[in-house]
Amino acid sequence: MDHNFAKEKVADTVSSYKITRIREDFPILSTMVHGRDLVYLDNASSAQKPRQVIDRITEAYTMSYSNVHRGLHFMSEKATEDYESARDSVRAFLGASSNAEIIFTRNATEAINLVASSWGRTNLRVGDEVLITYMEHHSNIVPWQMLRDEKGFVLKALKPKKDGTFDVDSFKTLLTDRTKLVSVCHVSNVLGTVVPVFEVTKLAHDVGALVLLDGSQAVPHISVDVQNIGCDFYCFTGHKLYGPSGIGVLYGKENVLEAMPPYQGGGNMISSVSIEMSKWADLPSKFESGTPAIVQAIGLAAAIDYMNDIGLDSIAKYEQELLNYATRMLDLVEGLTIIGRAYDKGPIATFVLDCVHPHDIAMIIDQQGVAVRAGNHCAQPLMDLYKVSATTRASFAMYNTFEEIDMFVDALKVVRRMFA
Amino acid sequence: MNQEFFENTLRTPIEEEKTKLIEEFAFFDNWTERYEYLIDLGRKHPPLEEVYKRDEFKLSGCQSQVWLVGERVGDRLLFQAMSDAVIVSGIIALLLRVYSNRTPQDIIDTEPDFIHAIGLDSHLSAIRNNGLSAMLKAIKGRAQSELD
Repeated sequence: MDHNFAKEKVADTVSSYKITRIREDFPILSTMVHGRDLVYLDNASSAQKPRQVIDRITEAYTMSYSNVHRGLHFMSEKATEDYESARDSVRAFLGASSNAEIIFTRNATEAINLVASSWGRTNLRVGDEVLITYMEHHSNIVPWQMLRDEKGFVLKALKPKKDGTFDVDSFKTLLTDRTKLVSVCHVSNVLGTVVPVFEVTKLAHDVGALVLLDGSQAVPHISVDVQNIGCDFYCFTGHKLYGPSGIGVLYGKENVLEAMPPYQGGGNMISSVSIEMSKWADLPSKFESGTPAIVQAIGLAAAIDYMNDIGLDSIAKYEQELLNYATRMLDLVEGLTIIGRAYDKGPIATFVLDCVHPHDIAMIIDQQGVAVRAGNHCAQPLMDLYKVSATTRASFAMYNTFEEIDMFVDALKVVRRMFA
Repeated sequence: MNQEFFENTLRTPIEEEKTKLIEEFAFFDNWTERYEYLIDLGRKHPPLEEVYKRDEFKLSGCQSQVWLVGERVGDRLLFQAMSDAVIVSGIIALLLRVYSNRTPQDIIDTEPDFIHAIGLDSHLSAIRNNGLSAMLKAIKGRAQSELD
């Protein structure tokens, strides 16, 4: 009985989900690739954009564009209003308490570099420790290595368990009273592992460390509330969230951001400038020098509105069903090994196939219209840990279908046949 | 340098070699046959001697890796190369038929237009990041340095 009930629940999640309508919103999904229907499973690299986002960008450039925070004219006021309203959408999306805590950046990489350059350079010194993990994207490794070489602190990295699960016990042993910052992903871009961010934040705070979470792979799939998590910084990129490229977000607790020096100098981030000295603007402008990515921010807000319309919870449930189905189907492919089997996973399936290089897999399935990522996924330390030079990654989004997973698995069978 | 490889590199004139390649591929009706042929070529392609599989000979791509070794023999440049990906090795085999065992001037004068003619040009694009465009650049660079 229990089993049937579970099946019914699955069917409910899937049947009430308006997949046809959603797919119609994404114009690119109806394109053909090499004469075949596009099956886009490279969403963890970048997601496609719904018409609502594309239209909002066009509308902004067509109807209400100017520079922001400057002119005393209609268009500038309108553009500033739209840009600041986008900030408000992001604040609500992350559950932050004030718009002063939302900094627009180019992407998550810039957000992490901002924290490293500003907070890190001010607060880290010899004897301190920064704790990251082997699951980090290069963007959450390299900025800390560069700063470590400059400041002389120790950079430690936590290994995941063999199945990809975040190892809380090892995490506890690596945390010391010298740990000043824990900088980890919320969801791994390779293993899909969801990091237990509530526990991680609490444990880090217990030793007096701050916490930075890279949520680039989390926000498209998980509803996030930064106040609930309690983290000090949270960042994500817009283009993986169905928004434009060139826009990212750094959330920081207001008191932490207040105490930090500016990141880059220039216009917009000052309140007054004389030839001898300048005074910094208030938050969030202090961290937004120069003309920001105005229309990209507006486009990002449209993407957030779109996701809210569909419902973050329905998206999450549907994507979990896709992941479960893909995992079951991939497990049936002979010679295929999935890397990353944490219980709590984002919709990412990374795998290796016996005797076939990921690059060969990607090329053959591309000919069949299927787009996946092959390579080291900008996570070389993790590849080294699992002793593979590259893997193939299929990553799912709100608009993927069960039929697409079948097409993908069929395409893999063609690979097996051709390489047999 | 691998003697067998050296001897197997026939010295068909470049234009003739290009025409032969295009004719070989004209045989195939669909992508499956083309790629099966590339897989076959890739598998038969002689692997690089272990001594050359070092970082200094590696042209890094993010997706696949290519190793390239060049050597001057008489008036010609000989190249050995391989990739960890089979299809890329197959394309390397095609490229080496045209570019290896040639004079530096011939190498510089020869454009990879035959790759376009056989419908594989997208693989030579730098955006593919598979090491092939880096390999071609390195081959041409080596030829240029021989003339400088």
